[in-house]
Amino acid sequence: MRPRLSIEGGAVRLEGPLLFVRRTLEAGLNEAVEVSGSDGRSRLGRIAALDEQHMTIEVLESPDGLALADTVLRLRGAPLEFALGPGILGRVFNGIGEPVDGGPPLPARVLQPIDGLPVNPVERALPRDFIETGISAIDLMNSLVRGQKLPLFSCGGLPHDRIAVDIATHARLRGGSDDFAIVFAGIGVPFDSADFFRRSLEKSGALARTALFLNLASDSSTQRLLTPRFALTAAEYLAFEEGRHVLVILTDMTNYCEALREVSSSKGEVPGRKGFPGYLYSDLAQLYERAGCLRGRAGTLTQLPILTMPSDDIGHPVPDLTGYITEGQIVLSRDLDRLGIHPPVDVLPSLSRLMKDGIGGGYTHADHPALANQLYAAYARAVQARVLSSVVGDDGMTPVDRSYLAFGRAFERELLHQAAARTLEASMETGWRLLAGLPEGELTRLSDAQIAAHLRGRR
Amino acid sequence: MSRARILWISGPVLRARAEGPFAMREAVAVGPQGLVGEVIRLEGDELVAQVYEDTSGLKPGVEVVGSGGPLAIRLGPGLLGGIFDGLLRPLAGTGSIHVQPGQRRAAARTFDFTPAVSAGMRLEAGAVFGTATAAHGRVQRCLLPPRVSGEVLHVAAAGSHDEDAPLLRLRDAGGRACEIAMGHDWPVRQPRPVRARRPAAKPLVTGQRLLDSLFPVAQGGKAAIPGGFGTGKTVLLETLAKGCDADVIVYLGCGERGNEMAGVLDEFPRLLDPRSGRPLMERTVIIANASNMPVAAREASIYSAVTVAEYFRDQGLHVALMADSTSRWAEALREVSGRFGELPGEGGYPAYLASRLAEFYERAATVETLAGDSGSVTVLGAISPPSGDFSEPVTSHTRRYVRAFWALDVRRAQARFYPAVNPLQSYAEDTDAFAAWWAAQGNGEWPALRRRFLALLHEQARLERMARIIGKDALPPRQQLVLLCAELVNEAFLRQSALSPVDRSASPARQAAMMRLLGRFLDLAELALSAGVAPERLAALPVFRALQRMGEDIGEEDIERFAALQAQLEQVLGELIHAGREAPDAAATVD
Repeated sequence: MRPRLSIEGGAVRLEGPLLFVRRTLEAGLNEAVEVSGSDGRSRLGRIAALDEQHMTIEVLESPDGLALADTVLRLRGAPLEFALGPGILGRVFNGIGEPVDGGPPLPARVLQPIDGLPVNPVERALPRDFIETGISAIDLMNSLVRGQKLPLFSCGGLPHDRIAVDIATHARLRGGSDDFAIVFAGIGVPFDSADFFRRSLEKSGALARTALFLNLASDSSTQRLLTPRFALTAAEYLAFEEGRHVLVILTDMTNYCEALREVSSSKGEVPGRKGFPGYLYSDLAQLYERAGCLRGRAGTLTQLPILTMPSDDIGHPVPDLTGYITEGQIVLSRDLDRLGIHPPVDVLPSLSRLMKDGIGGGYTHADHPALANQLYAAYARAVQARVLSSVVGDDGMTPVDRSYLAFGRAFERELLHQAAARTLEASMETGWRLLAGLPEGELTRLSDAQIAAHLRGRR
Repeated sequence: MSRARILWISGPVLRARAEGPFAMREAVAVGPQGLVGEVIRLEGDELVAQVYEDTSGLKPGVEVVGSGGPLAIRLGPGLLGGIFDGLLRPLAGTGSIHVQPGQRRAAARTFDFTPAVSAGMRLEAGAVFGTATAAHGRVQRCLLPPRVSGEVLHVAAAGSHDEDAPLLRLRDAGGRACEIAMGHDWPVRQPRPVRARRPAAKPLVTGQRLLDSLFPVAQGGKAAIPGGFGTGKTVLLETLAKGCDADVIVYLGCGERGNEMAGVLDEFPRLLDPRSGRPLMERTVIIANASNMPVAAREASIYSAVTVAEYFRDQGLHVALMADSTSRWAEALREVSGRFGELPGEGGYPAYLASRLAEFYERAATVETLAGDSGSVTVLGAISPPSGDFSEPVTSHTRRYVRAFWALDVRRAQARFYPAVNPLQSYAEDTDAFAAWWAAQGNGEWPALRRRFLALLHEQARLERMARIIGKDALPPRQQLVLLCAELVNEAFLRQSALSPVDRSASPARQAAMMRLLGRFLDLAELALSAGVAPERLAALPVFRALQRMGEDIGEEDIERFAALQAQLEQVLGELIHAGREAPDAAATVD
């Protein structure tokens, strides 16, 4: 047991979330502290700066109600930690890892720092195995691989919550081995969404393999910064201590970034692009980079962060920086949603960088890469033809372009749109069928052998 | 060595009271773990230092020890095949899953040393005094440090030696004796001296048709690869690291993904260098500062990488440095500058961004080394502009210093057209110097064909804008033919899959064969059009599909099949042209 040291009444100044306290005890940078005021409430904090006389404490929860006179500081002697043990799955926590489902406290077996430590790149194992999500636009076109971080770029009002729950429910590893766990973190979500997640997961029975962290929109924004850290610490425990394959769903990362901006400006830091702090990239990287596989460890940690693009702008700093860190992105489109396509995945800007390592011979199907590639090329051409036809009309189009227009429509209605989860085989079958509608000379991404094997019989 | 005690600490910056003299940019060791830092400001008896590692747990009163010299890295034969952090400390063999702060040093390796000098000889600075060979590895030269010269007093006998063991004793002009090992230290921010710089004479062969044939970069030149996320910067850089004809690759992952480094580490030992037949890893040095590793070390990592590249250059080798990505380095510069409260310039970057970029890119060169050999460092820098906007400071400043600019394009990437280099936005400035080189590779028409391809692609962009107004069907056959030919050049020549075992790299001979074949098609198609053959009929020919897929279908070992394809092309189009001329009715529809 570490000694618990406390300082009483040493506070000299409180400025926004920063509390200045006289340094009467030895403490190191980044150590966790508990700050309690006369209201008796205890707040988490950490030491942000030290000089000979004073220490500066960043209070990580609302400082409202703190007074200088009665403030008591307890030093934990270590960075912020999460006490973890078996039995996390099936539980519901608040944003700072305290159970809120009325159940017993967690048995603390290990203490893990919530910031994690950067993984040595040498110790990483390459993400390899394919995860089937049941969604054709992901499985066939932008495959998710175990250990990958693949965000969902959405817009306000699109069904990203439903997609998240569908994936949490249907995600499976091919070939049985279903030691699958979900860590679901709601970051600054409204009560209705939080309730929707909880009820849907309960109904499908997925809650039993899920640890749910909920930070509601009404909780303090400083706490919002801690939620993904607690959730990822729990996920790392499940993956690397208990050896499970963990899928972490973080929603909504835009709320996280907004909270970071708010806290940064209250600390008086120099703002960068759109008022976000200059270190937004590094800060996000510290969260996203916690996905991966480790050499010699059975478990894996896959991340599916969800973010809503402010004003549907993919160039906004939040999606932009996220896209530079994550291994691809799945982009949802308002236009497709209006057409009634569900899930409304805009495949052109979507990408899975690790797809090449998780599909093809030995993983899915030998012709999967070529099929996805050809579908991409054809759909890009169809979208181009559509722009042309919207100006000059279908009659001004060449016969080849007209076949692309038909392909584009069918692609959206028959491949992207799906009422229920699909197996990869079913998705591939639809893909080949759609390609059969194009002239053979156009299929430059397929070899003659692939055309003979999959398309000849259909014409 | 001077000492100081911490007065104030916040994040990676500390202030300390000095108890002895410290110099600007002097390397320091902080605390019991010996965290690496650098002095960046001196005020009276106080100094400000930035620390390159996680500072958790440090407090006032902790000791800071000066090293007496600037931040330096150890250069030696143990670098090849290794992976290091931004300060060139080994990442492999640390026995820890996480990157822990504090001093790290790999166990010294032994190499077979063969002396090339004998006692009594006078050696100039930078001279080669022997060779070091790793078990199963390549032969590397042992260099005298660039500022050490003198008379050899003693040299170790041939045999197996520790890489840090003194092998050579010299007496310099001042009569002092000094001992030299296989490796030596060099300050990262100082370019290593050379005898002379040489003009670019030959391109760096990258194996990518789009780059080598349209936008070549000189060996010893510098190229920038800007592109928004998802446009394939990293895949392109990795492909170049695998396929280019450099002797040594220094691959810098600067603020990028940890999984990418793991991918390189997984793949490179298994791939063979086509020129030496040895694993690619043996010609590679990886420097990794992943995006979640300390930011301040990111700033130093780019200098470590270029210093390592110069060290191999000084051995008379041709080195390619891939920096992915320079934007993350610039952001680290911005972050550190912000912490000192410096006045921000454009985009929040410090005003010295442009001069720092210039300093970095200027270290790329073809040189005559101090030992009199020819060596080069080619720098290929990726840029990650925010929202893919090339007018931002890092891209626009870099543009001023590089000689080749390979702009990646979101639309091409979205159609999975890789490499997604946009031929209309990209450029290369040294092409005139390479005509002779291409002629020696059997493509004397290279300058003309290159111009012809570029003109065709330009014309395509113009016609597509027009087609958007009047419809493609309304274009006259001649213009439809232009679109068809441009599409063919794109599909058959510019597109090259990094994942294809056949096509991932193309030799100059194969590039030349493909380029000439396409040039011949352009001529014949022109004739066919004049003879009244409609462009759709050309597109429907089996030989047209064969041309589109020739990169995938015809590999390096059966290059002679290009001649067969050309014969087929001549015959089929010849017949069409002949038939067209015989039946002039059809010709009436043309023009």
